Amino acid sequence: MPPIVRTLLTRGVPLLALYLVVLGLIGAGIIDAYWMATLALICVNIVLAVSLNLITGFTGQFSLGHAGFMAIGAYATAIISNAVAGPAGFLGGLLAGGVLAALVGFLIGLPTLRLRGDYLAIATLGMAEIIRVVFVNLDSVTNGAAGLTVTQNMDWNWFFVLTVGSVILIRNYLRSRQGRDAIAVREDEIAAESIGVDTTRAKVMSFTIGAFFGGLGGGMYASYFYFIKPDLFGFLKSIDILVIVVLGGLGSLSGSIIAAILLALISTLLQGFTEIRMILYALLLVVIMIFRPEGLMGSRELSLNVFSRLGRRRPALATAQAAPGASEAQGKGDER
Amino acid sequence: MSDILAVEGLTRNFGGLAAVSNVNLRLGTGELVGLIGPNGAGKTTVFNLLTGVYPPSAGTITFTRQDRGPVSIGGRRPYAICRAGVGRTFQNIRLFKDLTVLDNVVIALQQNRRYPLLSSFLRLPPFAKAEAEIHAESLELLRIMGLDAKAEELARNLPYGDQRHLEIARALATKPTLLLLDEPAAGMNPNETAQLTRLIARLRDEFALTILLIEHDMSLVMKICERIYVLDHGVVIASGTPAEVRANPKVIEAYLGEEA
Repeated sequence: MPPIVRTLLTRGVPLLALYLVVLGLIGAGIIDAYWMATLALICVNIVLAVSLNLITGFTGQFSLGHAGFMAIGAYATAIISNAVAGPAGFLGGLLAGGVLAALVGFLIGLPTLRLRGDYLAIATLGMAEIIRVVFVNLDSVTNGAAGLTVTQNMDWNWFFVLTVGSVILIRNYLRSRQGRDAIAVREDEIAAESIGVDTTRAKVMSFTIGAFFGGLGGGMYASYFYFIKPDLFGFLKSIDILVIVVLGGLGSLSGSIIAAILLALISTLLQGFTEIRMILYALLLVVIMIFRPEGLMGSRELSLNVFSRLGRRRPALATAQAAPGASEAQGKGDER
Repeated sequence: MSDILAVEGLTRNFGGLAAVSNVNLRLGTGELVGLIGPNGAGKTTVFNLLTGVYPPSAGTITFTRQDRGPVSIGGRRPYAICRAGVGRTFQNIRLFKDLTVLDNVVIALQQNRRYPLLSSFLRLPPFAKAEAEIHAESLELLRIMGLDAKAEELARNLPYGDQRHLEIARALATKPTLLLLDEPAAGMNPNETAQLTRLIARLRDEFALTILLIEHDMSLVMKICERIYVLDHGVVIASGTPAEVRANPKVIEAYLGEEA
C-alpha cells in the first residue's frame, strides 16, 4: 500500500468520522448554540496550545506573550472581515493576522533569541502588554477599550479545517529537518551548535511559526465570539494557554489537544457552580499536577492511527515511511 | 604533507586567569595527535577555542580543507566551524538524551542535506527523498559504529560505553575532516579502552580523518598518537613523539612534581 493511501486510511478516516459525527449532532440540534460555543473554544484553544507548545515544549523557549499574537490575529480578522463580506473576508483576515503576528514574532525573536536563557519570557511579556496598550489607544481603528463587534462568523466546517490543518502543518514541521533542529536546541543547545545547527535560526524559525498560528487562533476566536476588546488578551490569557500546554505535556501535541478539550469541558460543566467555579477549576489543576507532574501525556504522542500501539514514544520523530529500515525497527518495537 | 590546522599564539583569559596562553599547534593532514596535561591545564579550553564555544582573546586559528583552501576559524560561531569541517565530542557526554539513537545521528547528518521549509510543511517530494537518504545514511553510520540494533532506543538508556560511541557517530555524521575527541576513554575499563583505541585508528583510515584527542589514559595515547603536545598551566611545555615526550624531564615534573 503506498504511504499516502495508508495515511489517508489510518488518519483521514477517523478525522472524517469525527467531522461528520459533529456535523450530524449539530444538524440534530444536540449540539446547540451553547455547546457550539464550547466546541469553538476547544478549536481555538487547540490551535493556540499547539502553537505555544511548538515554541515552549519542542524548541524549549519560554514565551509568556501568546495572547499578544492572539490579539493581532483577532483584530486583523475582525477589521478585515467587517470590511469584506463572505469567506474571503475572514480568510483574508486570518491570513493577514497570522502573517502580522509572525512578523512581530520575528522582530521580537531575532534580538532576544540570540541569547541563551529566559530573556524571551521577559521580552514576550512586555511585547504582549505593548500590543494590548496599542489596541486600547488606537481608537480610530480598534474602537479602543470599548471593543469591536465582529459581524461575520465561521461555522463548524471552517473551524474543523483550520484546527486540523494547523495541527497537521505543525506536526509536519516538527518531523522535518527544521523541526528536528529545533528539538535539538531544546535538548542541548551547546551540543546542537557543535554539530552544525544554527541555533539562532532554529529558534527564530520556531518562534515565528508559533506566532503565526497564535495569530490564526486569535482570528478564529474573533470570528466566533462576535465581540473582542483588548482586555481579553491580557497576561492572564497567555497564562491560560500556558496552562493547557503544561497540563497536556511539554513536547506532546496530542497532550495539548487533550488538555484543550478537557479544560474547555470542565469549564463548561462547572458553569452551574458560579460561586465556586474558579476554585474547583484551580483545585483540579493542582490535583492533576500532583499526580501527573510531567503533564497528562508527558512527551508521548497518541496516534490517530488505530492500528498502532497507543501512546507510542516520541521516537516517532523520525518519519517511518521515509526510512524503510527505521520503520521495520519500529514495527518490531510495537510487537513487544 | 600540508597542515590541516595551524594555531598561532592562541590565548584565552578568564578575568585575570590566563587559561590558555600563547599556544602554537600544527596538525598535518591525516595525523593522529594527542593533547595531554594535568587536570586544569587548559586542554578543554583549547578545544572550546578551536570549536568556537569561546572566542580567543588573542591568536589565530587557520583550518585548511584541500578542496576549499585555508580559512580563519578563530572566533566564529560553533555551527559555522562545524560546517567548515571540524567535528568534536565532549568530555561530559552531551547527547540529545530524550531522543532516539537514530535521531541523534540524523540531526547531525541532516545539516548537509537541505530542503525547503515549504516541502517540510506539505511533505512534498523533496522532503520524502531527502528524508529517505538521511535516514539510510544515518543507519549505515550506526552500523559502522555497531549501534544499528539500538537505533530506536532513547540515547539516555544506552550503556555508558555506547553513549561515548554514539557521540563519536554523531560527530562523524557532520562529515568532518578534523575530529576533536575530548577524553573519549573517560570512565571506560581497560578492555573497553583497548577496543576504543582500535576503533579510533580504524575510523581515521576509513573516514580519512585528522584526529586531535585529549586523553588521560596513557595506554591509549602512547599506543596510537603519532605526536603529542603537553599542556600545563595553559602553556605548551613539550611536544614530540610519544617516546620523546615520555623522556622529557619537564613533562615528568608537571605530572609528578619536582624531584626533591
